Amino acid sequence: MGKAKKVKARRKPSGAPAGARGGPAKASSNPFEVKVNRQKFQILGRKTRHDVGLPGVSRARALRKRTQTLLKEYKERDKSNVFRDKRFGEYNSSMTPEEKMMKRFALEQQRHHEKKSIYNLNEDEELTHYGQSLADIEKHNDIVDSDSDAEDRGVLSAELTAAHFGGGGELLHKKTPQEGEEQEKPKSRKELIEELIAKSKQEKRERQAQREDALELTEKLDQDWKEIQTLLSHKTPKSENRDKKEKPKPDAYDMMVRELGFEMKAQPSSRMKTEAELAKEEQERLRKLEAERLRRMLGKDEDEDIKKPKHTSADDLSDGFVLDKDDRRLLSYKDGKMNVEENVLDEEEEEQSKEAGDTESNEEEGDSSGREDTEESDSPDSHLDLESNTESEEENQEPAKEQRQTPGNGLLGRQERAGKAARDELPYTFAAPESYEELRALLLGRSLEEQLLVVERIQKCTHPSLAEGNKAKLEKLFGFLLEYVGDLAANDPPDLRVIDKLVVRQLYHLCQMFPASASEAVKFVLRDAMHEMEEMIEAKGRTPLPGLGVLIYLKITGLLFPTSDFWHPVVTPALVCLSQLLTKCPILSLQDAVKGLFACCLFLEYVALSQRFIPELINFLLGILYIATPNKASQGSTLVHPFRALGKNSELLVVSDKEDAATWQPSRLSLRWASGLRVPTSTEANHIRLSCLAVGLALLKRCVLMYGALPSFHAIAAPLRALLVDHLAECSHPRELQELCQSTLTEMDSQKQLCRPLTCEKSRPVPLKLFTPRLVKVLEFGRKQGSTKEEQERKRLIHKHKREFKGAVREIRKDNQFLARMQLSEIMERDAERKRKVKQLFNSLATQEGEWKALKRKKFKK
Amino acid sequence: MEREPGAAGARRALGRRLEAVLASRSEANAVFDILAVLQSEDQEEIQEAVRTCSRLFGALLERGELFVGQLPSEEMVMTGSRGAMRKYKVWMRHRYHSCCNRLGELLGHPSFQVKELALGTLMKFVQLEGVHPLEKPKWEGNYLFPQDLFKLVVGGLLSPEEDQSLLLSQFREYLDHDDIRYHTMRAAVDTVARVTGQYPEVPPTFWNNTFMLLSAVSLPRQEPTASSFYVKRTELSDTWKVAHLKEHRKAFQAMWLNFLKHKLPLSLYKKVLVIVHDAILPQLAQPTLMIDFLTRACDLGGALSLLALNGLFILIHKHNLEYPDFYRKLYGLLDPSVFHVKYRARFFHLADLFLSSSHLPAYLVAAFAKRLARLALTAPPEALLMVLPFICNLLRRHPACRVLVHRPHGPELDADPYDPGEEDPAQSRALESSLWELQALQRHYHPEVSKAASVINQALSVPEVSIAPLLELTAYEIFERDLKKKGPEPVPLEFLPAQGLLGRPGDVCAQHFTLS
Repeated sequence: MGKAKKVKARRKPSGAPAGARGGPAKASSNPFEVKVNRQKFQILGRKTRHDVGLPGVSRARALRKRTQTLLKEYKERDKSNVFRDKRFGEYNSSMTPEEKMMKRFALEQQRHHEKKSIYNLNEDEELTHYGQSLADIEKHNDIVDSDSDAEDRGVLSAELTAAHFGGGGELLHKKTPQEGEEQEKPKSRKELIEELIAKSKQEKRERQAQREDALELTEKLDQDWKEIQTLLSHKTPKSENRDKKEKPKPDAYDMMVRELGFEMKAQPSSRMKTEAELAKEEQERLRKLEAERLRRMLGKDEDEDIKKPKHTSADDLSDGFVLDKDDRRLLSYKDGKMNVEENVLDEEEEEQSKEAGDTESNEEEGDSSGREDTEESDSPDSHLDLESNTESEEENQEPAKEQRQTPGNGLLGRQERAGKAARDELPYTFAAPESYEELRALLLGRSLEEQLLVVERIQKCTHPSLAEGNKAKLEKLFGFLLEYVGDLAANDPPDLRVIDKLVVRQLYHLCQMFPASASEAVKFVLRDAMHEMEEMIEAKGRTPLPGLGVLIYLKITGLLFPTSDFWHPVVTPALVCLSQLLTKCPILSLQDAVKGLFACCLFLEYVALSQRFIPELINFLLGILYIATPNKASQGSTLVHPFRALGKNSELLVVSDKEDAATWQPSRLSLRWASGLRVPTSTEANHIRLSCLAVGLALLKRCVLMYGALPSFHAIAAPLRALLVDHLAECSHPRELQELCQSTLTEMDSQKQLCRPLTCEKSRPVPLKLFTPRLVKVLEFGRKQGSTKEEQERKRLIHKHKREFKGAVREIRKDNQFLARMQLSEIMERDAERKRKVKQLFNSLATQEGEWKALKRKKFKK
Repeated sequence: MEREPGAAGARRALGRRLEAVLASRSEANAVFDILAVLQSEDQEEIQEAVRTCSRLFGALLERGELFVGQLPSEEMVMTGSRGAMRKYKVWMRHRYHSCCNRLGELLGHPSFQVKELALGTLMKFVQLEGVHPLEKPKWEGNYLFPQDLFKLVVGGLLSPEEDQSLLLSQFREYLDHDDIRYHTMRAAVDTVARVTGQYPEVPPTFWNNTFMLLSAVSLPRQEPTASSFYVKRTELSDTWKVAHLKEHRKAFQAMWLNFLKHKLPLSLYKKVLVIVHDAILPQLAQPTLMIDFLTRACDLGGALSLLALNGLFILIHKHNLEYPDFYRKLYGLLDPSVFHVKYRARFFHLADLFLSSSHLPAYLVAAFAKRLARLALTAPPEALLMVLPFICNLLRRHPACRVLVHRPHGPELDADPYDPGEEDPAQSRALESSLWELQALQRHYHPEVSKAASVINQALSVPEVSIAPLLELTAYEIFERDLKKKGPEPVPLEFLPAQGLLGRPGDVCAQHFTLS
């Protein structure tokens, strides 16, 4: 009840002044004050600023303001005395308030601190802390006490805080029931706070008193204890002594423990990896590299550049987010089981298949499922590829196994054994050769092991980490070695064994170290070879097959660089080079045939992983088969360029001697035959012919297996097939060749062809073009458009100035009116005063006159 | 008569005789001495003699001291009792005649200087004889040209034994004159007829010489405003045949047809066919008469057929010729060797031209596209880069053929319905097929070829790709381009360490080759 009353009472006084002020917020309070400017028409886009106004209120405000300022000035217009604030630094704006206070305080101190007597030296100003004399504080410097004091001091009483920080209402609410009855009148806030302060001070004082009591008690206790101590003196010292002794002399063990505790802990060294882990890591690395290789083979990265989505949909947040990969796994089946990506399961399978599966295919499938799992699940068609990929996977796997063995001792050990004899005689350091001649001089005349050792030592002596220019030296060394390889290949007979070792060891390692310069060097030798051929072609239209060196270079290219890339800066030119070899060089001799077959092998090896199609290869093999059959006019039409249907070399590989054919043993072709100038005997030549034919057939079979899946395989294979049938019809060939022919033919026939009509990919419908609206900044409607920015700004300023000017004029006019009104009212007041005074005078005079007349009448009467 | 040794002496002696002959008619017998030197073995002497003859007979022609009219035989005149002056003129004319004959023979002399000099002298005589004709004009303003003499010149130029190419290039400058050109054409016809009648087996040098001469003749494109004559004429007449381009054309046509109707060596066929479309056909009076020659050439096969087809194409295109087998023949020309021959660029340029019409039937274009795609399976990359856009252009030009790459609901077939052995494109069933070959080529080892073949995976873009810059592409250019192309950095490397030159035991090379 009381509370409700109070609230009302409090609101009343606050409500009254608000009404008087008449702020715009309270516009609704008095409807008579509101003036509405009625609009005749609603106009879209026009801002109405003056539709509602409070003229009375604003006029009152203006009037008040004038009375406060203008009127004051007017009234003091003739006065000349001024109020001046002489406080220190009051008008000095360069000083901060703190400085001002400090200065003022200092001045105050100076003013008050006139020494009472010059002779009293001890009289000093009293230093205080928190209003307490420091001298007092020094007296009781108890630590415990100060601690507790500090604690206490920090804490404010709940009431105090409540009063200070917005808890006033509650506080009031708490107190009113007690005090409401005693005191009808509510306490003001100020009173409340004063009360609080007084209370807290009282509490503090009480606490201090308590503490002093406690202090006194402890002192008293101490004194009592000292008195009793004398009685116990004979017993206690011992224990005290022991304590004292133990402390300064810590145990050696403890010291040790402490020391050990503070000693820097050795970093935990990484655990030696077990054999299995190493292998696993290696496998992981290889798998990653293989994935990278696959990506390059498919030429994905190039496509990605192109495939950037050009169209942005209306829903695009333009935050650069593109859903580029579908992470969802595609459900795939294998061997009738669902293909789940779980290594455990696969490994089990692998083991099982290894144990049980004797056949190659079984094992491969198991392996590949373990290895290629991720790929498989990523790409839906890889399962299709898997069947044709078996060979490549086999190759993939083997190196992994070998790799596992080599890091241990394989490479080094073999090398050591080989070079043991040579080691003693050779110097241990070799300067890196600056020119090819130097290298040649170093290597020439040494044995294979020595040569290897020399190159290896050169490489070790100029390791790039050893000196500044070593990198360039080694980069050059690669070029020199390549040149040396070319020289070796040109020798008769070619030093193929040295090349063999050099390639494995040095070239590969150097290439791994400096890919850029190595690729440049290889490109250089390839360009040389191509240039030579091109010159010949331009002159004659054809060129003889280049020497063995070029073939070796091409082979090395294949060893150093990944041949399966969609595009590779070195391998792609090398492929073009190979294509030139097979299309532009006529086969004139047995050597040419051997070289050509080697080129075919290279070509096949280049595409072994990527399974790409090589028309030249098919043509060449067709040609080889053709020159191995006696001429038949009907077959010539399908033959292409380097081979001729009729002519001198059109029966180059035909073996007429039955006896030679009978004695032939299937063997591998020797590369020496490719360059050997030695003329073989007729039997040897016949054997070489048969070997060439065998290689050609084997390669053909490989091609058939590889290209069997191509869409127009039968069109590709038709001429080959016709020739093979011819071959078979002839019985003069050895049995192995006939078997090879037969198996190739069956392979060809077994390739089932499905001719599904081609269809284009459906192109997405072209979306309508959406235009983003053009935004034009409209500063003001009407006049100020269509000019430059500066012009607009100028106009705006002119307009503003005009408005301000008008406003000022109006103000001045109003001021004058106000003043005139004031003067008028003053005059009126003065006039009224005079009138009143005159009236008064007249009045008094009239009274006087009346009195006088009355007196006179009285006198007269008398 | 004394003979001084050396060329200078000979010259002096000849000079003296020349002066004597020219000075008085009584010394005329010295002409025999001069003519005798013409028979000399020595090159220098012959040259001197030719120069002397040139001066001597040049002067006599100008003086009019040679007999004019039908030449009677020498004995008849000598025995006859006509005036001494006439006798002298007839006698001198006979000497002039023998001199010209000798000069004609000298055109076949092994020394080029002699040949050149003889040609110059003869042409001088032709000029002089034209001004002072040795035959009587039949009527006023009759056009007279020393045709016999000129035939002698042309006959000497078209020697069956010797290669006259240098002399012919000398002669070429005379051909700028209208009269010389006209008479050359007529004389050439005579000579060809004479030589082919004379020899059972005409030597190829003759044909080469003839071709050189014939190809040197080029007619002006339109009627010349002022005709230029070698023989200076005082007044020109409109009635002269030589002044009309139409007559020239007729002569030109007669010349070529006479030449081409004979059996020519193959190399010459090629040369003729190369110029036939822009040097011969437009200048003939009736170009369609060439059809015999062209069809004959068409059956020869290879590059010749193609060139002949070019000529035929112009006849069909410009002169309304009906030749139904044209595209069939072109189709027949497409065989695997077409990508490997030297004239590949020309072939495809022409093929592009022949197939540029959008009014060709769809079955025909489809057959061509399919055939080219089939052949592309054996082509080297430089040819593929050209032929793949070519095929795509065909498909763009003929939307009806797009079924070759886009047949949405077609039935699955067991084998390719296209018959590669069929010669008639209409029977090849190409429209029922699809270009699976291009699909196969998408797996080509060269990235650019693969990309070019992958174009058919999407709907073909509308604008055609110009194949002109691709026609002359060579493998070497591709190689250079690949080398220069900036690759990814760093260069990707083989991650499997090398295991010897021939690779691992399982590799192809190691299976079939050994190092020992």
